[in-house]
Amino acid sequence: MNLLDAMLQGLMLGGLYAIFAAGLSLIFGVMKIVSLAYGAFAVLAGFIALHLTEAGGWSPIVSLLIVVPLMAAFGWVLQRFILQRTLGESALPSILVTFGLAIIVENLLLITESADQKRMTLGWIDTAAINIGAVRLGVYPLGLFVSSLVILGILALVMARTQFGRAVRAISDDASTVELLGIRPKSVYACAGAIALALAAIGGVASGIQTSFSPTSGGLLLIFAFEAVIIGGIGSLWGTFLGALVLGIAQTVGASYFPSQGILIGHIVFLIFLAFLPQGLSGKVKRL
Amino acid sequence: MTFAVTDLSAGYGQLTALRNVSFSVESGEILAIIGANGAGKSTLLKTIAGQLEARTGSVVIDGEDVTPLSANARARRGILMVPEGRRLFPTLTVKENLQLGMSTGRKGHWTLETVCDIFPLVAERLNRVAGQMSGGEQQATAIARALVGNPEVIMLDEISLGLAPAIVTEFYDRLTEITQQGTAVLLVEQDVRRALSVADQVHCLLEGRTSLAGRELDFADIASAYFGTGTR
Repeated sequence: MNLLDAMLQGLMLGGLYAIFAAGLSLIFGVMKIVSLAYGAFAVLAGFIALHLTEAGGWSPIVSLLIVVPLMAAFGWVLQRFILQRTLGESALPSILVTFGLAIIVENLLLITESADQKRMTLGWIDTAAINIGAVRLGVYPLGLFVSSLVILGILALVMARTQFGRAVRAISDDASTVELLGIRPKSVYACAGAIALALAAIGGVASGIQTSFSPTSGGLLLIFAFEAVIIGGIGSLWGTFLGALVLGIAQTVGASYFPSQGILIGHIVFLIFLAFLPQGLSGKVKRL
Repeated sequence: MTFAVTDLSAGYGQLTALRNVSFSVESGEILAIIGANGAGKSTLLKTIAGQLEARTGSVVIDGEDVTPLSANARARRGILMVPEGRRLFPTLTVKENLQLGMSTGRKGHWTLETVCDIFPLVAERLNRVAGQMSGGEQQATAIARALVGNPEVIMLDEISLGLAPAIVTEFYDRLTEITQQGTAVLLVEQDVRRALSVADQVHCLLEGRTSLAGRELDFADIASAYFGTGTR
């Protein structure tokens, strides 16, 4: 595998990480909620989609029509009635509660779904590829990359142009003053929680098509998402996108030199960023 | 519109910072709240805004008791505060700060255009990031942000703090335009003479208690109420 090829594959993989990390970027980067259950919820969405495809014979893409709204509603309820109570001066309560939720979800899935590796398929698209010059690109990874651009574009537009987006950014600046303007912070948080889990659902289903997944694969997804957010710079959505691409490229290029060590090399690149560019690519230094 | 505070007390932990304060204002009136540092002025405003819980007493607007309401519900009911230190959202633009100010959902005279008319400082800088502006520009934006919410009662906490006298004079000149729309103003001010020059009523606090209150008071009486000297 030549370098250009590996880099392009990494870019495509980065697209998948970007979709998944965008939700985390919103709740962790912008709203300062540390959710350790994010990966487990993505896997949960993957299993729901899997059952829909098995029971209804649907394409996994069609299953998103049900999985995404379902997870968004779940995210809203979770944020409004559980995580909202953990918010305060310290980040510790939210870490503990989401850690507990992750364990519960993981074990419920282990009981109901077994520990076997599962995978969803898009049929012929799985293996289809197009030739661009000297390299071959998979249709599915390419579609995923384009989708990630579209999804992040829409999210960035929402953050920049809507009253909800302004309120989210204002809460990140100064939460107590937001209330003085007549904004209900709890509903802003709940909507952000809904968007985050909707993105986690898309990411979970997309990754379930790309590779196999099991009830315990959420942990790794979560780490990738945190790495993308931090490489990109906390608080910046496009930074997260870049961070996800860097991580994807590091993993595939690394794997082309040291087969089966790709993920480790991704972690090392992340640690290098943390050591030498802790404010991330976007350079937005924000208080946490 | 009548806005009445009755027997209001509040505090922080063991400390009671405000004891049994009562007053009422009508539409278009200016009530100056004066007192030394630590007299409880900001505590009073925070308790009215709902940022701090009242230990006794009530806040009533047009017969409706808003004491049980949260700060954001009070804001939507028309009780808005311009907090001490301006508290703009520093990473947002001036325009975005003002757009958030419209979250009260209240319709009225004040819109983006009309606040720009009375605050040229704001009009010229709508696309600037709020954190990068001077103190005077930030204060003008903070007042404008509350105004676009079309308040019935607007609370101004030390708007002159750290600003050049010329700019402060301009803010005080704008107060008539605000009260003309029927808005009542609660003005917390260190500069007593300046406050007296615009106020219809004066409420003097000393160690959390009312030391003097009324209309057309004598400056000497106010001075003794302010410092807690002389007989009461």
